[in-house]
Amino acid sequence: MTPFTSLTGIAAPMPLVNIDTDMIIPKQFLKTIQRSGLGKNLFDEMRYTQDGAEIPGFVLNQPAYRHAEILIAGDNFGCGSSREHAPWALLDFGIRCVISTSFADIFYNNCFKNGILPIVLPQEVVDVLMADAQKGANARVTVDLAAQTVTTSDGQSFAFDVDSHRKHCLLNGLDDIGLTLEKSAAIDSYETKAAMTRPWV
Amino acid sequence: MTAARTLYDKTWDDHVVHQAEDGTCLLYIDRHLVHEVTSPQAFEGLRMTGRRVRAPEKTIAVPDHNVPTTLDRANAATMTEDSRVQVEALDKNARDFGINYYPVSDVRQGIVHIVGPEQGWTLPGMTVVCGDSHTATHGAFGALAHGIGTSEVEHVLATQTLIQRKGKNMKVEITGSLMPGVTAKDITLSVIGATGTAGGTGYVIEYCGQAIRELSMEGRMTVCNMAIEGGARAGLIAPDETTFAYCMGRPHAPKGAKWEAAVAYWKTLFSDEGAHWDKVVTLRGEDIAPVVTWGTSPEDVLPITGTVPSPSDFTGGKVEAAQRSLDYMGLTPGMKLTDIAIDTVFIGSCTNGRIEDLRAAAAILKGKKIAVKRAMVVPGSGLVRAQAEEEGLAQIFIDAGFEWRLAGCSMCLAMNPDQLAPGERCAATSNRNFEGRQGRGGRTHLLSPAMAAAAAITGHLTDVREMMAETA
Repeated sequence: MTPFTSLTGIAAPMPLVNIDTDMIIPKQFLKTIQRSGLGKNLFDEMRYTQDGAEIPGFVLNQPAYRHAEILIAGDNFGCGSSREHAPWALLDFGIRCVISTSFADIFYNNCFKNGILPIVLPQEVVDVLMADAQKGANARVTVDLAAQTVTTSDGQSFAFDVDSHRKHCLLNGLDDIGLTLEKSAAIDSYETKAAMTRPWV
Repeated sequence: MTAARTLYDKTWDDHVVHQAEDGTCLLYIDRHLVHEVTSPQAFEGLRMTGRRVRAPEKTIAVPDHNVPTTLDRANAATMTEDSRVQVEALDKNARDFGINYYPVSDVRQGIVHIVGPEQGWTLPGMTVVCGDSHTATHGAFGALAHGIGTSEVEHVLATQTLIQRKGKNMKVEITGSLMPGVTAKDITLSVIGATGTAGGTGYVIEYCGQAIRELSMEGRMTVCNMAIEGGARAGLIAPDETTFAYCMGRPHAPKGAKWEAAVAYWKTLFSDEGAHWDKVVTLRGEDIAPVVTWGTSPEDVLPITGTVPSPSDFTGGKVEAAQRSLDYMGLTPGMKLTDIAIDTVFIGSCTNGRIEDLRAAAAILKGKKIAVKRAMVVPGSGLVRAQAEEEGLAQIFIDAGFEWRLAGCSMCLAMNPDQLAPGERCAATSNRNFEGRQGRGGRTHLLSPAMAAAAAITGHLTDVREMMAETA
């Protein structure tokens, strides 16, 4: 996993609430057995017509936001299906950070496994960031994970919370499985104990 | 004396392998269910790192999302190349890693969340995960069950554990009894209508109260299935005699002395008097009506007697979302829900693809003909299908004009050819009415199997209670 330390980039505004993972990557693209290559179909049905032509009004089709690396999104971003294809598609497009007032749990978790930082901030702060993002490509937002701050193009800075374990893994690009396998002895002893207390499992 | 604990607390505590200082836990997983769409990258990860599946005997795979449900599906030509590659990848991964497997050709094949309970893999007090958000279904047994992403699928395959932070406790109580014509689907949709799709975010829900106790296991699975649509990763119902009776004798349920020991343990799985709840929601069973969704979020739910709302009925970000929903759904504020004409009826999915669902729909359809362009029943498993044929339900559906399909996820997520055309309007017993969910431009109204059957007969959304009065 690519570490996430800090990022200064274009933020694209997507104020719509309840953006679900079917919108982020529709099901017809889930037939892949790879993780890569999904960026071109990110937000496919909002981004292209049935014939595959770009819909000019969609934010990521606008010249200012074609190279966005941050999304400022409406409430409950990533709800619905557990498909990890959603963060894979965001990452493949180049999005490394999503900021919203809330995220669905599974999507939130999936982001961290893929080097994407999801940030939860209060409505009034997201409103400021949304307005900043709406200025276009000259507005570059800085996200600093070590310092846990988001800074707008005009220098306003906001602190955010992040779980310490997830922060550590993201900063260092650590593989969860490797870390867990270091605890194999604890898993062994749990299994031995469970075989006695719940032998039917 | 130990502090009073909820059912979630107890199940959690019994599965903690390791707890770090910051509260992050390593949680043991008793059952790992796997399907073809969210697992190929996880198995590939194991191969690349030379890792094995730690507990293949606790890992169960079945292809469901992508498989055709037409009667000719044994013919490989019914699948597109990419679908076939994905199903073949699961065949190979199941073989190479030695996990339990129900291939498409097996009569026990079906939707993973229907097969797990049916085969007795899902039992009370277990932790159950699957790379699918509707894993919440298994909570009906008092199992802690939730969806995970593909990276976590790989993590569970390799370690039989998950790295987790404990969620908060939410109690959803449904008091009293349901009125005639009202079902488990109406409960679960009404709860989402009351809490919103983000109302459960960060929580594990325990459903309780008389109306929940009075549900069959099939109904309880329908309720828990949609916990995720309310934002909660997991929904639980404490096990009781209904649960034990369902589990007893299933192929992978314990037998003999182990069964006795299991039941003794299962009887300890309830929320203690005085346990702490972070949030409590109470609905009166008598107040719940048959409901339908009008918009593109499962929270857009109203009693069938209602009218399409106006964006001005909402506040904040929901105003724009409601307008977008109305445009997408092709509806005008103020129109009666029962005036909405339906093109297609879909009965099936992990929400409502069990035998009781088919019985409820068939009871309404018996001796009637459909007035919609097309209607299909997709049983949740090969065994549900066989039982429905044995009970004569299949013939009722066929005589009414329904297609009688083979088991799979089908039009719930429309990964296979079972899709809506742009603008096509569907009454569906599935779980998501998102834009494009059942096919690009397709319009979905979620409802119960009995309500879906009623709509099939009249050609528009219909209050099933009126139809019940006619037949009574």
